[in-house]
Amino acid sequence: MRNRANTEVNAGSMADIAFLLLIFFLVTTTIETDAGIDRLLPRIDDTSTIVVRQRNILTVNINNSGALLVEEELLPLEELKDVVIAFLDNGGDGSCDYCKGNREETSSDNPNIAIVSLRSDRQTAYADYIAVQNEITAGYNTLRNREAQRLFGSDYTALEQDYLNPQTGPLQKEQLKAQILQIQELFPLNLSEAETASE
Amino acid sequence: MIRFKARSSASLPPVSTASLPDIVFMLLFFFMTVTTIQEKDLKVLNQLPDATEIKKLEKKDRLIYIHIGPPEQQYRSVYGTEPQIQLDDSFARVSDIGPYVLQKREALPAELRSLVTVVLKVDEKAGMGLINDVKQELRKVNALKINYATIEKAAQGD
Repeated sequence: MRNRANTEVNAGSMADIAFLLLIFFLVTTTIETDAGIDRLLPRIDDTSTIVVRQRNILTVNINNSGALLVEEELLPLEELKDVVIAFLDNGGDGSCDYCKGNREETSSDNPNIAIVSLRSDRQTAYADYIAVQNEITAGYNTLRNREAQRLFGSDYTALEQDYLNPQTGPLQKEQLKAQILQIQELFPLNLSEAETASE
Repeated sequence: MIRFKARSSASLPPVSTASLPDIVFMLLFFFMTVTTIQEKDLKVLNQLPDATEIKKLEKKDRLIYIHIGPPEQQYRSVYGTEPQIQLDDSFARVSDIGPYVLQKREALPAELRSLVTVVLKVDEKAGMGLINDVKQELRKVNALKINYATIEKAAQGD
């Protein structure tokens, strides 16, 4: 036994080499984490003017220190989401049968024509602007989630995620797209960003 | 009656580690495929703001990146400390954005051109004035789908 030749190549160090490579790749590469808030810019040749009643506009102004002026009143950022929800969900003229708002005279008639108007100063920090965009999106998502739960028994954000998932089949994708569009029609994102006001 | 043979050998054979390299290689290939080497040499500071209501950008073949932020330390003597625009590997002016986006879009296959999304990777300290100028330029070349790149914030505590 003792003097039998060992014909096997020792592969023990192979693991070390592979580990070395593994650690090298772990250090030099990054997992791409591209995520963000999607927006659609208006067309530049869009010069059509529509008359919008004042009650259907929610004005949000951000000043250069990041403070918010909503409908001419100071508002903390944390309350913006609820204000947006209350504004969109108001259903003032009764034409919106899925709205659950207070139907106040001073707020929007119908989510289809309700517009959030966002204005920022040239000196406004980008972080503040994104924080406001985030809260407005959160407001829309809350309402869209509610309607998606009612109609399809699933969150709107979950529908969107499934739609973007590469593993979803084409047939299911079509169905999801139709559902997403249906929800978006109920609460369309009408965000108006007028040219930055200069001081 | 079935009898099991008692296999109580005193010395167990050593655990074979021959498959260990295979396992590690598997891990290695996994990481090689899911990660990317950061190819862009960022010349601007790029601390992205955080947000919760974000969407992941799954399809990377139709993205055009625009980086905006204050220049890194070594470029400050030339470009100052005010936020600058970086396209590919060089600093650019607002007026360069239109041609850059058009050129990038031209390089894509025809079926993707209408689906192009411009990803704005903007440092959180940049001013909205510059961003709005950039957005105006994008409107001029009809690149209307944009995405404000953000970091996902952990679930809100308050």
